Amino acid sequence: MTPLIVSVLGSLASFALVVVVLELIRSRRLRERYALLWLATGIVLTALSAWRSGLNTIAGWVGVRSYPPAVLFAVGILFILAVLLHYSTVISRLSDENVLLAQRLALLEQELREDAVREA
Amino acid sequence: MPETAERPAPAAALAGLAELRRVAIVPALNEEATVPRVLEELRAFDPGLDVVVVDDGSVDRTAAVAAANGARVLRLPFNLGIGGAVQTGFRFAFEQGYDLAVRVDGDGQHDPAQLAAVLEPVLRGEADIAVGSRFAAREGDGYRSSRSRRIGIRILASVVSRMVGQRVTDTTSGFQALNRRGIALFARDYPHDYPEVEATVMVFRHRLRLVEVPVSMRERGGGRSSITALRSIYYMVKVLLALFVGLFRRTVLPQEGSE
Repeated sequence: MTPLIVSVLGSLASFALVVVVLELIRSRRLRERYALLWLATGIVLTALSAWRSGLNTIAGWVGVRSYPPAVLFAVGILFILAVLLHYSTVISRLSDENVLLAQRLALLEQELREDAVREA
Repeated sequence: MPETAERPAPAAALAGLAELRRVAIVPALNEEATVPRVLEELRAFDPGLDVVVVDDGSVDRTAAVAAANGARVLRLPFNLGIGGAVQTGFRFAFEQGYDLAVRVDGDGQHDPAQLAAVLEPVLRGEADIAVGSRFAAREGDGYRSSRSRRIGIRILASVVSRMVGQRVTDTTSGFQALNRRGIALFARDYPHDYPEVEATVMVFRHRLRLVEVPVSMRERGGGRSSITALRSIYYMVKVLLALFVGLFRRTVLPQEGSE
């Protein structure tokens, strides 16, 4: 069984994550679409930490016998990987869009210069 | 060279070229030393050829020098890498309605005098894209580059040849001529920082015809190659990844109207 103190601290920390994410959304420092994965992380970890018998059962399913809180680590790491991968896709999209903008800018500037020459 | 001014430009001998709107795309990064000569040689080859220099975020006077030598300049606000820079040129060519584009690097390694050979298959309607290859000729032309780079080029060439089912010898050459279909394809979609390899495969997947023409290339006139030994390994891995993932990508055939 998970030590009580681990459950308490785990729940508090995970819940704090949820609160921080919500506050970031409220103050418009985090967009909802990027917050969803973080919220899911916080909620799932809070639930697993607080629900002690549940964590025990799940640990049994996946073959973790000696120390059930290891499941918390595993789930946490999985979510972090998901968030990072998501960011990589976001960065890729942003850099594609950035290239497009730079190209458009160069083309428009050229047109503008040409127009200016024609008018002069 | 006063006597060259008297002779008709070499391009005049190419059938069908005069009726076409044609543009040379010259990507340049910190190439103020070589750009004037490249522009002059392009004019000597074909006075009717519009020239657009794509300045890929140079910190020297590349853009000013190019403009002073009669080229139009597309000045990128920051460095995009060769793929992004060249694509800017293709977008320009596409939007301005050019029928024909050639790509000649601003570092002077492509000799505009050899454009006639590169243009011919496209003018005859035998290819949508013609590529000047350093290795297509039987004999070596003495082209020198680092050993790692040569090996890289050879491996990529054999991988690409197998993928497209046609012998391709020089997948890294940027010395190219394209018709309207080729311009349209590259304006819409062009790979990033070591682009010619992927572009070659892309061309075949879109059912465009690519032909290689033997050319010789010169030593770089100035500046530094953007590809060093360690980097070529990195690019190699990256390009191979892009190639194999690309195999599983759905392709869109060029639209009818883009002809």
